[in-house]
Amino acid sequence: MTVLADAVATRRLLDRLGLGPRPGELAAAVGQGFAATLDRLLAAPVDPGPPAPTLAPITDRGTPGSPERAAAQQQRGQGQDALTRWWLDRMWATTSPLPERLTWFWHGHFATSAQKVNQPAFLLTQNETLRRLGTGDFRTLAQAMVVDPAMLVWLDGRTNRVGAPNENLAREFMELFALGVGHYTEPDVREAARALTGWTVDTDAGTARLVPRRQDTGPKTILGRTAAFDAPSFVDLVVARPESAAFVAGRMWSRLVSTTPPPPQVLGTLTDAYGPGRDLRALLRAIATSAPFHDAGTTLVKQPVEWAVGLMRAVGAQPSAVTTPPRGRRRGQGDPVHQHLEALGQVPFRPPSVGGWPAGTAWLTPSAQLDRMALAQAVVARATVPPGPTGANAQLDWARQTLGVDAFGPRSTDALRDVAGGDPRTVLAVAALTPEYVISA
Amino acid sequence: MSNRLPDVTRRRFLTWSGVAAAAVGLTAGATQVPWSALLDGATHTPLQPGQGVLVVVTLYGGNDGLNTVVPASDDTYQADRHELAYQPSEVLDVGQGLGLNPGLAGTKGLFDDGHVAIVRGVGYPEPDHSHFRSMAIWQTASPGSPTGAGWLGRWLDGTGEDPLRAVSMDSVLPPLLTGASTAASTLPAAGLSLPTGPTGVAFRALAGVDPGDDVLRARVARSGRDLAQVEQVLGPTLAASRSRSAGASGNDAGAAAGNPAGGGKHSQLADQLATVAALVEARVPTRVYSVSLGGFDTHADERGTQQRLLAELDAALTPFVARLGTTDVGRQVVTMVYSEFGRRVLANASQGTDHGTANPVFLLGAPVVGGLYGEQPSLTDLDAGDLRASTDFRDVYATVLGGVLGEDPGRVLGPGRTPLPGVLANT
Repeated sequence: MTVLADAVATRRLLDRLGLGPRPGELAAAVGQGFAATLDRLLAAPVDPGPPAPTLAPITDRGTPGSPERAAAQQQRGQGQDALTRWWLDRMWATTSPLPERLTWFWHGHFATSAQKVNQPAFLLTQNETLRRLGTGDFRTLAQAMVVDPAMLVWLDGRTNRVGAPNENLAREFMELFALGVGHYTEPDVREAARALTGWTVDTDAGTARLVPRRQDTGPKTILGRTAAFDAPSFVDLVVARPESAAFVAGRMWSRLVSTTPPPPQVLGTLTDAYGPGRDLRALLRAIATSAPFHDAGTTLVKQPVEWAVGLMRAVGAQPSAVTTPPRGRRRGQGDPVHQHLEALGQVPFRPPSVGGWPAGTAWLTPSAQLDRMALAQAVVARATVPPGPTGANAQLDWARQTLGVDAFGPRSTDALRDVAGGDPRTVLAVAALTPEYVISA
Repeated sequence: MSNRLPDVTRRRFLTWSGVAAAAVGLTAGATQVPWSALLDGATHTPLQPGQGVLVVVTLYGGNDGLNTVVPASDDTYQADRHELAYQPSEVLDVGQGLGLNPGLAGTKGLFDDGHVAIVRGVGYPEPDHSHFRSMAIWQTASPGSPTGAGWLGRWLDGTGEDPLRAVSMDSVLPPLLTGASTAASTLPAAGLSLPTGPTGVAFRALAGVDPGDDVLRARVARSGRDLAQVEQVLGPTLAASRSRSAGASGNDAGAAAGNPAGGGKHSQLADQLATVAALVEARVPTRVYSVSLGGFDTHADERGTQQRLLAELDAALTPFVARLGTTDVGRQVVTMVYSEFGRRVLANASQGTDHGTANPVFLLGAPVVGGLYGEQPSLTDLDAGDLRASTDFRDVYATVLGGVLGEDPGRVLGPGRTPLPGVLANT
């Protein structure tokens, strides 16, 4: 293995535990060094960010074909678009990137989609919960998610009641959120569904509420333990399992470090740090200080949102200010950036299923490179970063530094020379498509 | 998973393959065969008469088989499904007390014409209720350890390096098409125009080889080379297909099959299948195509959702099968429709059903001998609330491997598999 130099490891830290550097941030972080940068990232509180959109509850959904229905659908669409615009701008603007990156991570983990959750306000509430709790302890986070209004709609928890259980939430909680397949049985799922009974959602207030007469208060046997489990005690039981620690650490590893799982010894270090307190910051520190994190070979495919937001941060192009939509779209929903991301297959608040988005080489399809190019061209047209030098060689180095690329190899250097010396924004767009930038080194 | 995950993007199902592939360790290891061999294949080795083509349609989410091929006159069905149940007068009679969901009007027409085989009660031993694991089992055909290559990926492994042999119409590969050493190819659904001018030159140059690349960077570069090849070879065919499907607007094929659901509205699936038809008609030597439709996880408010999805499937499938029936090369195509599991017999309290087991599999096309196959699962002799499977899904696979792809099923599926007799005209 090749151990990364401190400056390169620091750059990786800004990519993996953040959303990529804004102008000037990389040089400043490299000056401070890896250890101090890690401390700073972990210590930074959630920043206030731009004000969240006001999303009124959609109360009158009307009958099919009625004007009320059309109005409700319009309100829903506008709310979803406003939500996506707000979050992309927030990711772009943040000066406290770790909580934002973790909010994005948890959104893919507790993947909840506007496809089914037809109250945009619920999704905003969930997003804010993920941000507030996403760098604390996993137990508290999981407790909040299992009674989160959007989640109760998404996985039918609100219809789960005594005598008529709906297993959806219980199953996905164990399989995808907290334990992993193979560590529970079918009877565990059925019993866990009983433990989660009784929760409903108040649409007007946008809150979840426990209705005692809908709750199954009898004893349940889950994972070999028998008690009158309810939602909190069921979550406690699951999260305390050793398999849960390895599962959560592995999921985080796969998104922040590599789709190659950590070696057993490293995994042991991670779960030790995570500890009985299920401490997420301690887990993140253990990840960032593990040997694989400092191995040059531990590269990672950027998901489309990570690539796009990183690019927009680097060149100072606010997402909501980008004006060029992709060509040849059938119907335009949302802002141009939203539409570009849709072409790339990843729109915030619209994961394709509860399993979240794919990882790794699944994003590296032939057509994706074309879609990336369209987005990059739209973004650099709105770049606010100063245009830099005019000479071809100087322009290449300027583009490299602007995007925070360690070095371009001969292939990419040759490609960049085809456009260098002209409009510097074109150099940035081509640089954004280089394998050196599409992959997080 | 949840209900109403339907229309989504063309990449919706990647979730499934992403999660399942990660679970089985395929994500990092799968190698995509470069498109560079494609040009030769399309121009020099066109599809020959007698070479069967298999189109696999995956319904993600667990389609409720009991409300697809409906035992509407069965008292137990009516009692267990209450509000969810279809009445005998609502379903489209296919005999033996069974009727198709009203959303499948076009398929019913094809059935009456003898082009649809319905294999009932298909499943695998020790059913698993996880979408991801069950889908991994169906896609790997390895119920005991769904951790390796996909079943058609294994077929690819044994049939040479031609990247045209299997094509996913979804933009990322499903595990079923990922072999140990070989993987199928993907097609971009739209927008195949490469940039021009200096930017186009640079864009093409980025697809070059760099010895300093690691595995992932090399994959990015190769995806650019593949794109250029695809554009050259398939660009004209895809453009023709798009204009043809836009011009047809649900008129000719849909009306011919008596399908009232056409209405000129084309879904993503309909577009994908129209492209498949165009590629087949162009005699592209692809033997396997994969398409998908998601959203079948109907835990709540199932009836309307499922019927809408089945109507979408029907509106895509009916003109496709009808169109293929009009050409010699099209009559070499067999389409198989499956889902990872069915649903429980007993409805839940949310007007939905929870994850179940045995399910019907549909085979369609000119080589198919239409009719009902397999045993209809009993609604009273249940396994912990679940239907018991009577046909192993690998026997269905064996049928198409042998009868469509001309492959020894044992090589892909292991020993002991029995193709279903009589389902395909040549078996």
